[in-house]
Order: sequence, then structure tokens, then C-alpha cells
Amino acid sequence: MKIAVIGTGIVGSLIAREFTKYKVEVEMFEKLPDVGWGVTKANSGILHAGYDDEPHTLRAKYCARGNEMYTTLSKELDFKIKRVGSLVVAFNDKEVKTIEELLERGRKNGVKDLKILSKIEALEVEPNLSREIIAALYSPNAGVIAPWEVAQAAVENALDNGAKLHLSTEVESILEENGKYRLNTSNGIFSFDVVVNAAGLWADELAESAGVKVTPLHPRRGQYILLDRSDLVKTVLFPTPSKAGKGTLVIPTVHDTTLLGPTSEDLTPSEKNSTETTVEGLSEVIKKAQKLVPMVNLSKAIRTFAGLRPENDIKDFVIKREKNMIHIVATRSPGLTAAPALAKDVVEDLAEKLNLRTNGEFRPKRKAIPRIADMNERDKEKLINQDPSYGRIVCRCNKVTEGEIVEAIRRGARTLDGIKFRTTAMFGRCQGSFCTVKIMNIMRRELGNDFEDIVKNLPKSNIVDGVVR
Amino acid sequence: MKKLSYDVVILGGGAAGMGAIKGVLSQNASVLLIEREPSTGGVLNQCIHNGFGLQVFKKELTGPEYHEMYLETVEPFDAMYETTVLDVNFENSVLKAINAAGIYEIKYGALVLTTGARERPFEALRIPGSRPSGIFTAGLAQHFVNLENHLPGRRAVIIGSGDIGLIMARRLTLEGVEVEGVYEIMPYQGGLTRNVVQCLKDFNIPLHLSTSVVKIHGRERLEGVTVANFSDGNPVSGTERFVKCDTLVASVGLIPENDLVDKNIETSNDGGAVVDELMRTSVDNVFAAGNNVCIHDLVDFVTIEGETAGKNAARVAKGQKIPKREGFFKKGKGIRVLSVHYTTATVPFKMYVRVEHPMNMAMLKMNDTKLKVVLNAKPSEMIEIMLDPTKYNLKGEIVISATEVKK
Repeated sequence: MKIAVIGTGIVGSLIAREFTKYKVEVEMFEKLPDVGWGVTKANSGILHAGYDDEPHTLRAKYCARGNEMYTTLSKELDFKIKRVGSLVVAFNDKEVKTIEELLERGRKNGVKDLKILSKIEALEVEPNLSREIIAALYSPNAGVIAPWEVAQAAVENALDNGAKLHLSTEVESILEENGKYRLNTSNGIFSFDVVVNAAGLWADELAESAGVKVTPLHPRRGQYILLDRSDLVKTVLFPTPSKAGKGTLVIPTVHDTTLLGPTSEDLTPSEKNSTETTVEGLSEVIKKAQKLVPMVNLSKAIRTFAGLRPENDIKDFVIKREKNMIHIVATRSPGLTAAPALAKDVVEDLAEKLNLRTNGEFRPKRKAIPRIADMNERDKEKLINQDPSYGRIVCRCNKVTEGEIVEAIRRGARTLDGIKFRTTAMFGRCQGSFCTVKIMNIMRRELGNDFEDIVKNLPKSNIVDGVVR
Repeated sequence: MKKLSYDVVILGGGAAGMGAIKGVLSQNASVLLIEREPSTGGVLNQCIHNGFGLQVFKKELTGPEYHEMYLETVEPFDAMYETTVLDVNFENSVLKAINAAGIYEIKYGALVLTTGARERPFEALRIPGSRPSGIFTAGLAQHFVNLENHLPGRRAVIIGSGDIGLIMARRLTLEGVEVEGVYEIMPYQGGLTRNVVQCLKDFNIPLHLSTSVVKIHGRERLEGVTVANFSDGNPVSGTERFVKCDTLVASVGLIPENDLVDKNIETSNDGGAVVDELMRTSVDNVFAAGNNVCIHDLVDFVTIEGETAGKNAARVAKGQKIPKREGFFKKGKGIRVLSVHYTTATVPFKMYVRVEHPMNMAMLKMNDTKLKVVLNAKPSEMIEIMLDPTKYNLKGEIVISATEVKK
């Protein structure tokens, strides 16, 4: 039985891994040069508790369960997760009513440990919070992750369990032919028994190519400002949600930086690559973040970016099965949180219908790239003893060693962003101005390519152009 | 864990660190240099232009020449290269460092911080648009061209008129890269006049003052930037124009590098380590010199500061008493930067200041005492003032100010 999973974002990567628990051949298709570079790469990275979603939606069905599953998943796949908790703050009586409704809804959705805090209690949890607040909804179960790390981990684990990965391979259309599915891709034609479409922003168009009608998608843009390491906040801070969504947040990231954002801008379906930031968007982020935390200091900004979320009119996920083809569309917020539960259900459901045999040799564990900065001294010494390159710091801002960069290359990083998103080198306050050349020299040595061949991310994003006369 | 102990440990082997080594050795104390790179020299190694050494050697040298010549004047010393300090325990005067041989615990009698500066990255400016490749800090572009022999691109725009940006405008032009122009958001230049003349005017590269980049274009590689005129820090609507380029070089400021220590020693609001004229920080056995104290114009002054820091650190490490602080300086009207914030009021010393904005004729004062008149004062050019405790009262609060005076 041959199964194709299209898209290696959080949803596709977890589905592919889930399939390797059965005796099937799994192949992953990714149109970008690396995994998890679409919607997954640029979002808030929050594990939502699950009080936001109206009961009877797929969001409500999967959010709280997905959140819980992350605990086991992070142990199996060895990615960082921080259960920092969250506060939804209310500035007036009307907002207090809303958070009381959220508390109720959360209970209906099976969310545990929610409670409403008084102003004083909220300030105890979060001293830098605005003094203008009057109450807050607290959830200790909300967490933060780096979403792309989960996609990388799931893909690595799927590969370890026998799956195949086609990078830079765009699936242009799906065609049913004699009970099989033909994938027309930018790298030729492939045939499969089962196809899962987890193509993110393009999932609607791909479904349509297969003759399946789903709700059309449009991108919703979120702009962000990343601040340098600090102790500014300890929990994820939300304003009281509105029709436009969960609002602009102040987020303590897994990498100890602070993230402000996102905006919520509905773009047209033709703007699925429009990840530009704008003056208006960035000003909005600042204004709203400073309303939550007045002492947000913009001189600490190290980068701005924008990501796109797949949005539809019904504001819910769509899982559409048509024979042996499944389309997973509009995994908008809380898609990241929901993904493990959604992936499990989708795969188990199909496995049952197709009578798939379980794979007794499935290895659930994957080890992360060793990280010197997070180790105690004894482990540091031990690792350096085995491999001295773990004693050579390359990225001074985040203390990333040569050994980590070489290991990232060994695991498939072929671009500077590939290394950045696997190791956090170039992620810090200098944004690569000190370490880029060192990293390129390591890539040249390990991969045997020239400086001219090294790109930031996409094929034409070369760093240098020619040599000095 | 390997354990070591030295009278003085120096963090960073650039111009200030080499000066500090010499200063320590002059007092017959033991010294260890910890340096990230495989050799001393710091940023001098990539500064192949000339203009170094006029004060120290009375000669105009390139960066590598200055480094070599100075190194010849320094006695042999202990050093750990390709080594990074992980943390400093100020209470116990011990630090931890890492390199390919493992982890070291190093005890010091006194510590000298000569960690230099880092460049403000373009990304920190929050300029909207896309995020393609082709955007470099000036130092990174310089590293590619001068040390790796690679060109960053073919048609460059330079944002910010700091010295490295000006020097890179000339360097890129000489290497056949078309430099479209230098864009400076302020109404005045960011670098030395000498560099504006020698690097831009001599090569007909336009300097656009009160103009800067407002948008980045290009999905993979940079395709161009939108620039606009600025007034009072805001873009003037209707003045936007597209400039085609594949390379953007940012020279938008240097930040004193005190990442390792800024929770433990006093720093000023621009991030520099606060020192007295002996180059002592707020921790008695910790000294600092060079660009991590304040951004300097000339390397020669950095070296001289390093020598002072090294000498005094050695005295402290050997148990000598050094005088306590008696006076403290405050930035008054018209002053942006002070190189020294405290004084023991025991020895004459030189202080460097930067004015807040350009002045045709600036009167520098210490409290109500006139110090000197400076013609054509610019924030980009440090002004030296000599402070002698036998001539002035240097105790208590001392406000340094600069005001425009009419002839």
C-alpha cells in the first residue's frame, strides 16, 4: 500500500509519521526546499488550552486533546515545549463577561484547571502586565513550542521508520485513475493508493484539481516583532478575543526571546505568498502589545516577519474524505495545537477502513540535535570529549557550536535557513552578522559546494555573487 | 573541568585587548587572553584600508599592519584561542570558558573586558517589506570581500553613513560593484568627514542626507528598495522612489558588546560599560576598555585605553590599593556620549565626548567652567578634553555640556 502525504507542515509531518506506525510505504511531498517552511514556520507557536473554540466545531474537538498529546509527543520526538500558561486579560466589565464565557466554554470543551484571576492575582503571575486590567482568565496548560522543530522532528522520525521525502517537489494536481491516484509534480509523475492533502494554504486548490469541492481558502496575514532575550513576560498574554480572532499577543518563546504579534489581515486568495510586513501592521503590533505590557521596549527588537494562516468562511477545519483521498483544509488557529489529535484520528480512521497492519518495528523516538547551551557541565565535557567540534562556539548570540551545525547538515539542512531553523544559529541579536561566514565555511567543507551555491532559503536567494578580482 | 588561575584575565584580543596585555605585562603580573577567533587582532584583521596608527606609531597603517606592529611591541603572553566565555561569577572572581578541549574554570585577580562592539543588524530597524537575501551589515560585507574574496552582489545601496558603510562604499566600488548611493536618515553624516571625502566624494558616490529606506522588495534575492525623504525621523509622503539593487549594506550603528556582563556591571543608556579614568567598572576588580565602553573613532585611542585598563587591573590583582571615585560626570545639554563617567580626581586624564547634534561653534563646559570651543562639532567626531585635577575641581557631580555660541 503506497501512501502520499502532500505538505510537510505540522499537519502533514505528523500524519506521515502516524502512517509509519503501519505496514505501508509513505512518501512525503514538499514544494519548498525544506520541511515546515510554510504556515508552520511563521506563527505564534502556542499550544492553546482550548477555551476559545465553540463546542461542536472540529477546533473544539481537537484543541484540548491535541494540547495534551504534545506532552508525550515532545518526549518521543525530543522537541522543546514550555508549559508557560496563559492569561486572557480583561480591561472592562464587558471583557470580564467575555472571559467568563470563555471559562464556561473551556469547561464544556474539557479544558482543565481554568480559573479567573483578580487583578492582584494576575499581576502576581505577571508583574509587567498593564495596571489597567481588571481581571484575567488563567490557564496553566497553555504552552509554547517552535512549530517548525516539531515538523522537523516528525519528518526525521518518519524517515527513520522508512518513509521517503521529496523536497522541492510541487504536487500540481491529483488525478484518480483506475482506483489509484496519479500525482503530477514538478519532478515527474507518481502513483499512490492513498493520498493525504495537507498542503496548507494551497490545500483548497489541490483538492479542486482532484475534483473535490471544499471551502475556498484565503490567507490571513499575521505580522510579528521579535524581541531579544529578556524576562519581560513569563506567560502568554492575550487580550480578550473579538470577532477578528485571538488578538495580538505577547509571547515568551521557547528560545527565551519575546514575540509580539500577530496582526490579523485577510488577504485575497491570490496573495498566498504575501508575507511582507507593512508600516501599519508593525505599528498595530506595537500599539496592542504595549497595551498589554506597557514596558515593551522596541530598542530590543531583533527582527520583524509575517506569516500566513489558511482561513475559510466557516472558520473551522475541514476534513474531507473521498474514497482513499483525504483533504485537510483550513487548519487555521488552533491548527498547531490540534495537529497531533487530528493526525491520529485521520490515520486511525483510514487504517481501520483499509485494514492496515500495524508496523511492529515502529520506533517512536527521535533524538534532537545535541544543544551545548542547554547542557550541564558534565554533559558538555562528555560530548566535547567525544567530538571536539561541540566545544567550538560558532553563533555567539545563541551559543551554537560547530558540532550542532554539522549535525544539522547531516540531518538535511542545505541552506542557511535550514541551519537557522534547526540550530538557532543566526536567530539571535546579531542576526548572523558574526556567524554567517563561519557557517558558510562549514557548509562548504561538509557539502563540498562553493560560496556562490549557498542560498538563504529559496533557489535564487544566493548570498554572494562572484569573486573579487 | 580544567582549572586555571591568573592575575589578570582579558576577554577579547582586539586593539583594546592587546593594549591591556601590554599594560598587565608592564606590572609583572601574569596574564591570560581569551579570544573567540584563532588569532589576535579582532576587527583590525578585516580593515585593509589605511588610517590606523597616526597617534601610536605616527604612521598611516592598514588594520593588519597596525595589528602586526603593535603585537611586536608586546612580550609573549598566554592565550586561549577559539575559546568562548560562558559566564562570569563576579562574586568569586571566576569564569567558565569553553573550547574544543573542554570546559575551563578560570580564577582571576582582575578581569579586563575588551569585547568590542557589534553592529546593529538591519533587521532591528523594523523596515517593512520582504525578507530576501542580499542584506548585509557593513562588517559582514567587509568580511566577505576582504577575507573571503567574494562579492556580496553587483549593485549596492548603502543605508546609514557610519564609517564602515563609507569605507565599504569605496571598497565595493574598487571591486567593480556599482554603489548607487549612501542613504542617511539624519540631516548630517554618521561617519568621519575624512571618510566622506575619501570614500564618497573622490568616487562620485552620492550621499543622500535626510533620506532612508522605507521598504524592501524581492522574494528570493533583493530586487530593490523604496527610499523616501525624512523629516524629524518620519518619511515625507510623496517622496518615495524605487531604487533597483541586489545588495543592501547597513551601517546603522555599533552597539557596545556587554552581553556577558551587563547584569552585573553598570552600563550607560547606550549600552557601554561605565568606567572611571582608571578604566575600572562598577565592580572593583573588573576593568573595561575600547568599544565596549563607548564607540571610538580611532583605534589608537582604543589601544591606549586598553593599556591603562591592563595596568590598573594588574595593580588591583597584585593587591595594590587604587584610589576611590570622587567625582561623577553627567551628560548635560548637547552631549550624547561621555567616555568616562567617574573620576578619582588624582591624575590628569583625557575624556572623549560626542555632541548631540552638529554645531558650528560649540562651547564645552564643565559645570560653569569653560573648557574649550570646538569649530564644526559633529556627533560623528569625538572631542577630546583634558581634565587635570590640579586645575579643576573634579569632585562631586560634574555636568559636561555643549552649547552653540555665536561669534
